[in-house]
Amino acid sequence: MAHTETKTTETAAAGYSPRIVAFVCNWCTYAGADLAGTSRMLYPPNVRIVKLPCTGRIDPLFILKAFEGGADAVLVSGCHPGDCHYTSGNYHARRRWSIFRRLLDLTGIDERRLFFSWVSAAEGTKFAELIRDVTAKVAASGAFDPANPARRRPWK
Amino acid sequence: MARIGVFLCHCGENIGRTVDCAAVAAAALKLPGVVHAVDYKYMCSDPGQQMIKQAIAEKKLTGVVVGACSPRMHEPTFRRAAAEAGLNPYLLEMANLREHCSWVHDDRAAATAKAIDLVRVMVEKVKLNRGLYPIRVPIEPTALVVGGGIAGIQAALDIANGGKKVILVERSPSIGGHMARLSETFPTLDCSQCILTPRMVEVASHPNITLMTYAEVEAVEGFVGNFDVTIRRKARYVDWSKCTGCGDCWGKCPAKKIPSEFDAKLCNRTAIYRPFPQAVPNKPVIDRENCIMLTKGKCGACAKVCQRGAINFKDEDQLVKVKVGAVVLATGFELWDHSAYGEYGAGKLGDVIDGFQFERIASASGPTGGEMRRPSDGTEPKTVVFIQCCGSRDEKVGKAYCSKICCMYTAKHGMLYKHKVHDGRAIVFYMDVRATGKGYEEFVRRAVEADGVEYVRGRVSRIYRRSDGKLIVRGADTLAGRPVTIEADMVVLADAVIPRSGAEKVAQLFGVGYDTDGFYSEAHPKLRPVETAAAGVFLAGACQAPKDIPDAVAQASACAAKVLGLFSKPELEREPIIARVNENTCVHCRACIQACPYGAIEDHEIRDRKGHLIKTVARVNEGLCQGCGTCVAICRSNSIDLDGFTDEQVFSEISTLE
Repeated sequence: MAHTETKTTETAAAGYSPRIVAFVCNWCTYAGADLAGTSRMLYPPNVRIVKLPCTGRIDPLFILKAFEGGADAVLVSGCHPGDCHYTSGNYHARRRWSIFRRLLDLTGIDERRLFFSWVSAAEGTKFAELIRDVTAKVAASGAFDPANPARRRPWK
Repeated sequence: MARIGVFLCHCGENIGRTVDCAAVAAAALKLPGVVHAVDYKYMCSDPGQQMIKQAIAEKKLTGVVVGACSPRMHEPTFRRAAAEAGLNPYLLEMANLREHCSWVHDDRAAATAKAIDLVRVMVEKVKLNRGLYPIRVPIEPTALVVGGGIAGIQAALDIANGGKKVILVERSPSIGGHMARLSETFPTLDCSQCILTPRMVEVASHPNITLMTYAEVEAVEGFVGNFDVTIRRKARYVDWSKCTGCGDCWGKCPAKKIPSEFDAKLCNRTAIYRPFPQAVPNKPVIDRENCIMLTKGKCGACAKVCQRGAINFKDEDQLVKVKVGAVVLATGFELWDHSAYGEYGAGKLGDVIDGFQFERIASASGPTGGEMRRPSDGTEPKTVVFIQCCGSRDEKVGKAYCSKICCMYTAKHGMLYKHKVHDGRAIVFYMDVRATGKGYEEFVRRAVEADGVEYVRGRVSRIYRRSDGKLIVRGADTLAGRPVTIEADMVVLADAVIPRSGAEKVAQLFGVGYDTDGFYSEAHPKLRPVETAAAGVFLAGACQAPKDIPDAVAQASACAAKVLGLFSKPELEREPIIARVNENTCVHCRACIQACPYGAIEDHEIRDRKGHLIKTVARVNEGLCQGCGTCVAICRSNSIDLDGFTDEQVFSEISTLE
């Protein structure tokens, strides 16, 4: 299986290296990321993972804080619906985000910089592909300027 | 003042080849608050752990960050080392430099830069860590087993023999479950009741087991180690302390036309009845829905004839409250109703029966005394067709799964039939034959080779009754490549195994999840097959997934091991990652109480010394909180936080990244 890697070369072409902050749950996505590592799958080094017990723990303010600090994209990933280690945390997360997405535009942050996914502990491949996909999309979209979020390069 | 120690592990070459650990250590030393930063080949080894312990002592460290493999691998190892050196284990965090860095990137510069970032984030987080102490919860060393089939019986016996008390609750009047209804069991062809009834008697006479039959769980409160369970003991209208089980009452009962559940409705029972002669307890109950005295106020024949005066028509349901520390759910299974298959007669063809009905016909204690007789006219069937996978492996009726036991019991049924009707024909229509257990394949071969059971690979498209009474079975023989029509006298359908009716309600009472098929969810399908997401609640038997008797027994014993392990200490130690309410700012909107999947948050009244109510707030039950943090995110007044993952800690992690 070919391990493709979009690296700093591609992002260098875009002129910057995207900073992606990922809020993940300990039981599914973090474990899935571990599996990607154990399986030696390569993906770009642009993501920084913040481990939380459950996606239900994620306060919308975390996401805003990440953008405020200059993250170019934020990823939220947890257990598949029905599989939450704590039974229902991911349902709360899902409901929260469906409303929060629309608020984001109000703050001037393009909601397309916010990514959601469900990655289970067995889905190492999916995690690696997800990171490659998100990195590529964000590299194409341009850097996020917290000082002036409206002034950003348009999506290609 | 923070004094943080940072330890970078090369993990042999796993990290060291891609990440420049010495450079990460050097960068870490420059971080404010870091007073010690080293790198070493194998941090988890004894010398590595010694380095950490020594540094903690010599440099008086207030926190430690180990940059190494995933915390899911060695966090307990390093936390134990810290504890041994006198540092609270929760003041140690790990930065994942292997699974999330060196193993997934191959650019040394980029990987090293990322590693420095990851270490930096953890240093900032650990500065805000507080020492946490395991929560101790007292345990009531009594177990509750729900369900008195073979799984429940085995679990109860194992726990009781382990020296702990057990309460066994069974919905029907007798324990024994489905195993008591079988004639012989595969692959040994043991007489089912002969191997089961000694255990049933052991349960009834065991000093550590309290048996409650004709009873159901009504309400559950509390948490692991401290469940408060309310059990409804249904009124049986017979005083069991006086009854001797002589049988005079059911001999005289005029309500004789009630289909017997035990005999799969092949014959009738009376309103005052004992489910089967070997019932435990061996005493009758009165079925209040069908008793003439209880429904119409007339009769009382049983009371007149009972020489011990044991009949009591004024009996009432009793609610019994018990305190238990652990629960084993063993509610079992039943067979799917094949009326959904119009092709097979929609349940209206009298001689198209299911597996349990066949068992009762074959059983010496059944309605035919063990003779092969078909239900419609009592004649001996000369040609019997067995159809496997009826409902199972069929997405059309919503059951995609394989019911596991049917291939084996169908082979057994074929053999039992041939043993009783030597000149009869037994024909099995199959898709696959799944004989995976010990001695199972040999058993199926024996059915074919020694007993002459015929196997046809193909499905049956239609069964109908011809005017001469024969059942016409039209199917396919895919190996021969042609359709097949059989004139049968009786057809046995291997109906899908489904969870018992009422299983969902029991699961909801105990906070146990279940899948779309209604089978209870285990904590992890591979490594934790008997635990559930609800601490202290375990699963045994077919309620979790279709399984045969050996697996049900093994699973029940596994539950007993878990329960005895739980009870082996007087107190339960739990990870202290729990939520905490700031009672000053809490406005009691109860959003957290409603959101908590464990019901771990309670209303708490704050009163002054005179008893006047000041305010009501939310309070987290430390024994029950599992530390998910859903309540923290949902709180509108920012009054609740999660130890170990406080808002402050998470914000500091995020801020450090920029």
